[in-house]
Amino acid sequence: MKFTEEHEWLQDDDGVVTVGITDHAAEQLGDIVFVELPEVGTEVTKDEEVVVIESVKAASDILAPIDGEIVEVNEAIVDEPSKVNEDPMGDGWFFKVKPSDPGQMADYMDEAGYKSFIG
Amino acid sequence: MAELKETPLTQLHRELGAKMTGFAGYDMPLQFALGVMKEHQHTRAQAGLFDVSHMGQVIVRHASGYGGAAQALESLVPVDLMSLGEKRQRYGFFTNAEGGILDDLMLTNRGDHLFVVVNAACKDADIAHMKAGLPDCDVVEVTDRALLALQGPAAVEALAPIAGGCEIMKFLDTGIFTSDFGELWISRSGYTGEDGYEISVMADQAEAFARALLAHDAVEPIGLGARDSLRLEAGLCLYGQDIDTSTTPVEAGLTWAIQKSRRADGKRAGGFPGAEVILGQMANGVARCRVGLRPEGRAPMRHGTAIFGSEDAETPIGHVTSGAFGPTIEAPMSMGYVAASHTAPDTQLFGEVRGKRMAVKVASMPFTPANFKR
Repeated sequence: MKFTEEHEWLQDDDGVVTVGITDHAAEQLGDIVFVELPEVGTEVTKDEEVVVIESVKAASDILAPIDGEIVEVNEAIVDEPSKVNEDPMGDGWFFKVKPSDPGQMADYMDEAGYKSFIG
Repeated sequence: MAELKETPLTQLHRELGAKMTGFAGYDMPLQFALGVMKEHQHTRAQAGLFDVSHMGQVIVRHASGYGGAAQALESLVPVDLMSLGEKRQRYGFFTNAEGGILDDLMLTNRGDHLFVVVNAACKDADIAHMKAGLPDCDVVEVTDRALLALQGPAAVEALAPIAGGCEIMKFLDTGIFTSDFGELWISRSGYTGEDGYEISVMADQAEAFARALLAHDAVEPIGLGARDSLRLEAGLCLYGQDIDTSTTPVEAGLTWAIQKSRRADGKRAGGFPGAEVILGQMANGVARCRVGLRPEGRAPMRHGTAIFGSEDAETPIGHVTSGAFGPTIEAPMSMGYVAASHTAPDTQLFGEVRGKRMAVKVASMPFTPANFKR
């Protein structure tokens, strides 16, 4: 699993990367009440805004961590945004992307690196 | 940046693990361990304890007693204070010459004087305004007391063992109670739409008093985050956001707080700043009004969202002043100002969120029914 400085996690399973937010991010955001996901089939570019999440406090954007095509989205969190708070690194995933340049993954932190990043 | 002021409960908030934030110059708890959503739900279901010590407590005295103070203060507020019963409280606001709102406040008849509670951000200006406008009165800020709000259906059972007799008070009754924590100034009021109390306690007794309330199973400490969503669900205005010097009480839908005696043809009609504007608007109508808004879908429409009359209209007909997700109604909710032509309940409007027009309907407020003990 890889981690971005924007508190996203990326899990590569046979060339399809699942993306979500970390436990730390979910805790910082507070109760999440709304999630807007991209459409399946959308081509996304690294650092492009792809997801909007709103907590009771504020709206935040989630950026695409890599270039590629959205191949699946987690509709369950649209109906029940609290799933993101309950299990951000499991059932609370956001979308799956088929990367066009898997080499971009190498830029991101591993778990130890992320832990030291959030202190 | 100026250093944030503390309240007599700041140390307790930190001990309880609050996330703190700067608010109106004070270091205040934003949320506690439960989090905003659960704090909100707990207050509606049981009882929440809020520190509102940042607000201003002011005593207004006149040599001739309550009548003199009431008569004098009526020159600054469009409220009927002369007929306010002893130990009764009323909501009101200071207005300016243009009819705009300088602050909203609570006013109590305490027998031989008036007791006034004002917003934290406005209190210095309010006190100066009263001192200048009431030359025959003694206007004194109470600085040695904390103010707590205990809100929710279980508030009565938590407070009654400490202040026996508070259980028979009705909404907007007030009283002075002796207790183990010294003299308590209690009103049956609050700003959440729930039954509950606001309690002024000596600063040096405040922490012990708060701990005694928190020892009750039903009581949890609640932060500013949930206070904001509770008051918005209750359809109540936040000064500086939903009302300010650019809005009049008529536009804001607060004419209910202007009693008959102060309206045109009343016994003491007008006589407050901006009376011509305000009474004129009551007679002739206004161009825009504050309304409740219920967005379709789950996306909240927050402060500043432009509101349009149709999906492709170029010019907005209004804007959102407060918006959030309502934990009790389990849906987003907003309030804001729209053109008077678009204020009928269920009118279909559109709010622009992140560049997209989203459907929203005009809704009556409160979003949740009030639970006052009238």
